[in-house]
Amino acid sequence: MASSDETRLLVSPSHCSSYAAAAAGTAFGDPRPSCSHGAPLMSPHSFHMMSKTACISPQVSDCDTQTKKENIRSLTMCGHVGFESLPDQLVDRSIQQGFCFNILCVGETGIGKSTLINTLFNTSFEEHESSHFCPNVRLKAQTYELQESNVRLKLTVVYTVGFGDQINKEESYQPIVDYIDGQFDAYLQEELKIKRSLFSYHDSRIHVCLYFIAPTGHSLRTLDLLTMKSLDSKVNIIPLIAKADTISKTELQKFKVKLMSELVCNGVQIYQFPTDDETTAKINASMNVSPPASPTPMNIMENENHCDFVKLREMLICTNMEDLREQTHARHYELYRRCKLEEMGFSDMSPENKPLSLQETYEAKRHEFYGERQRKEEEMKQMFVQRVKEKEAILKEAERELQAKFEHLKRAHQEERMRLEEKRRILEEETVAFAKKKATSEIFQSQSFMASSATVRKEKDRKNFNYM
Amino acid sequence: MDTLRQSPSPCSSRPSSPRTPPFEMFGPVGIEAVLDQLKIKAMKTGFEFNIMVVGQSGLGKSTMVNTLFKSKVWKSAMPSLEVPTPQTLELHSVSHVIEEKGLKLKLTVTDTPGFGDQINNDKCWDPVLGYINQQYEQYLQEELLITRQRHIPDTRVHCCVYFVPPTGHCLRPLDIEFLRRLCRTVNVVPVIARADSLTIEEREAFRSRIQQNLKTHCIEVYPQKCFDEDINDSILNGKIRQEQIPFAVVGADQEHLVNGRCVLGRKTKWGIIEVENIAHCEFLLLRDLLIRSHLQDLKDITHNVHYENYRVIRLNESHQLPRGPGWVNLAPASPVQLTSPGCLKVRRRAQKDSKDDEC
Repeated sequence: MASSDETRLLVSPSHCSSYAAAAAGTAFGDPRPSCSHGAPLMSPHSFHMMSKTACISPQVSDCDTQTKKENIRSLTMCGHVGFESLPDQLVDRSIQQGFCFNILCVGETGIGKSTLINTLFNTSFEEHESSHFCPNVRLKAQTYELQESNVRLKLTVVYTVGFGDQINKEESYQPIVDYIDGQFDAYLQEELKIKRSLFSYHDSRIHVCLYFIAPTGHSLRTLDLLTMKSLDSKVNIIPLIAKADTISKTELQKFKVKLMSELVCNGVQIYQFPTDDETTAKINASMNVSPPASPTPMNIMENENHCDFVKLREMLICTNMEDLREQTHARHYELYRRCKLEEMGFSDMSPENKPLSLQETYEAKRHEFYGERQRKEEEMKQMFVQRVKEKEAILKEAERELQAKFEHLKRAHQEERMRLEEKRRILEEETVAFAKKKATSEIFQSQSFMASSATVRKEKDRKNFNYM
Repeated sequence: MDTLRQSPSPCSSRPSSPRTPPFEMFGPVGIEAVLDQLKIKAMKTGFEFNIMVVGQSGLGKSTMVNTLFKSKVWKSAMPSLEVPTPQTLELHSVSHVIEEKGLKLKLTVTDTPGFGDQINNDKCWDPVLGYINQQYEQYLQEELLITRQRHIPDTRVHCCVYFVPPTGHCLRPLDIEFLRRLCRTVNVVPVIARADSLTIEEREAFRSRIQQNLKTHCIEVYPQKCFDEDINDSILNGKIRQEQIPFAVVGADQEHLVNGRCVLGRKTKWGIIEVENIAHCEFLLLRDLLIRSHLQDLKDITHNVHYENYRVIRLNESHQLPRGPGWVNLAPASPVQLTSPGCLKVRRRAQKDSKDDEC
C-alpha cells in the first residue's frame, strides 16, 4: 500500500559525523575497499576541504545556524566535478537579462548634475537647461540604454528640478521622498500580486542618490542636512561637492572635513563602500568633482591629480554597482516593505504571540473585502430593482395616458362621422325633394303649355270661324 | 500543463523597444566590470543545488549520485541485510557542502527508497509531490514574512532525475503516470539506468521509443521547449532533446586500472565499462547537463516558473483551506474539492487537470 499523504522527511542524522579540526588531509568515509592497486587515494586532482563544522562563509549567518541544525558535513571529492563554471553560467544569464541601474541626482539648479552624469558615462544625454522659477520641486526621469561590448545597461537618471529655488523651502524634499517611496511601492505591488512576473519587471527603485553640495566653503546648509536626513534610510546617499574648482585646495580639504563631521554628528547615514576585498578600500565617500564646461577638456578632467572624478566613476560603476543594487534591495527595500506591511495591518505575531502568517491576515482581509463586496452587490441589486420598478410605473402611466387619448380621439372621430352621416342624409332628402319638385313643376309647365297652346288654337279657330 | 506553455520565458527579459536608441559613448566607461562584481558576489555567497533521484530500488540511484559528485554522498549504496526494504515510500535527504576552486556548492540530494517497489503502486507519486510542494510552501512562507531573511534558504527541488529501468521496450504505465504528474511541478530529467545491460542498438531503439511515449502523453521533460529564449538555446536544447534525452547512464564508484589510468568503472568478466567514456555510456552528458551547463538554468526555471505556478495556485486557494496557526498542510496536487462555489480559477484548473488526466 502506498504511504499516506504525509511525507516524512528524514535527514539522515545517523550517517553524519561532524569531525573535528584535526584531519586535514584524509578522505571522508570508508576507504575504498575495492581499489586493487595500492596507490594512494588522492589523485592529483583531488580537492580537500579544510575540515570545518560550519562550512558556509561566516557572512551568511542565517545559513550558519541552519547548517548546524541540518548537520551538513563537508565532502571530499576525489575528482574534478566541474561546477566552477557556475559563476559563468550566472554571468551568462545576467548578460541575457541585462542590467538596470537608477541614479537620483539631487542638487540645486545649475550645480552641474547633468554635466556630471554626461561625463560619468562618457556620453552626452540630451538635456535642456532648466529654469530657476519653478513653483515647486519636480523630478524628471529619463531612461537610456547603454551597451558596452556585450553588457546592456538600462540606465535611468532622475534629476530634481527646482530644488532649492523656492523662497520657502519647507516642502522641498518631500517630492523626492515621495518619488523614492513610489518606486518601492510599485515594486512591492508587483511582488504581492498573485500572478507576477518579477523576472521581467523593470526595476525602477533608486539605487544611488548623488547629493550635490554647493561649494560654499563653510558648512552644510540646513536644507541639505534635512534632505539628507530624510533620505538616508531610503536610499544609498553619496554626497559630492560640486564645482570644486571654484575654491582652493586647502579650503576644499577643510570643507570636506567639516562636512563629514557634521554628517556624522547629525547621524546621517551615507553609503559606506564595502571594504573587505576591495583593492582600493575607501570608506570616506565625500569627494569633489569638477564638471567640464564642454566635452573637450575631458581628458584634462580625467587626470587623477586634478580631481576625484575618476575615482568616483570607478567607485560607482566599476566596483560597486552590484553592491549598491544589493543594498537597495536587501536593506532599504526590505525596510520599506516591513513598514508598509505593518502599516497595512499585517504582522508576524498575533496578539497571543503565536506566529501569525501573512496568509491569515491576508485571508481575513480578503474575507472582509469579500463580505464588503457582497454587501455592495446586494445594494446595487436593490437599487437596480427599484429603478426598474419606477421606470415601469412611469411607462405604465404613459401607456395609460396614451390609451385614454386614443379612446378620446376615437370617440371624437365617431361623433364627427355620425354628424357627417346626418348631414348627408339631410342632403339626400333635400335632393330627393328637389327632384320631386322639379318633376312636378315640369309637368305643370308642360301642362300649362299645352293648355296655353290649346287656348291659342281655340282662339285661332274662333277667329277662323268668325271669318266664315 | 497549460500554464507551463503559456508562461513567458523565465530567464531573459528582453527590454521592450527602448525609448531611446543605445547611446554612443565616447570612450570606455567600465560597465563591463559589473560582471566581475557579480562573480565576486557569487563566490562569496556560494551556490545551492537540490537534486532528487527517483526510481525503483536496485537501479543504481545512489551509485549515480556518488559518481556525479565524485564522493560518497551516501554512506553505502548497498542496503545492508539487517535493514528491511521499506514498506512505504520514504524520502531521505542529505546535504553536503562541496568546494571546488574556491567555489562552494551546497548540495542536497533526496532519495526515494521504496518507490515503485510495492505490489500496489497506486499513488506512489503522492509523497514525492508532497515533498516537492512542501519545499515550495516553506519558501513561500519565508517570502511572505514581514521581516524576512536576507537570503532565503532554497530547499526547493531544482531537478528530479528519474531512473527508467532498462526493459528495452517502452515506458511502463507507472513511469508514464509519474512523469506526467511530475513534469508540471519540477524539472524532470529521465535517464535509462543500468544501461550496460543493453547493447548500443537496443539503447537507441529504447531511447526513440521513450521519446515517442513522452510525445504521445504530452510530457515535457527538461529542457522544456517552451522556455528556449533565443536561437542558440533552441539549437542546443533541440539537440539534447532530439538525440540525447533520455541519457543512457551507468553509475560506478569503484576505481579500476585501465591502460595505466585510474578510472571509475564497472568490472565484468569480459571487460571494464568506463563510466566517463562517452563510447561506453552517456554519463558525461548527464553530468555536463546537470552541472556544467544547465545548472543555473534549472534553478531559474524552478524559481521563475514552477515556484510561481505553485504560488499562484496557493494564493488563490488559500481562502478555502482550513486556517491553521500559520502553516497549512497542503494536499498534493490533485483536483481540489471545492466547498464553496468561490474561486472560478481553481475550478477551471481542476477541470483542466481532470481533462489532462483523461488525455
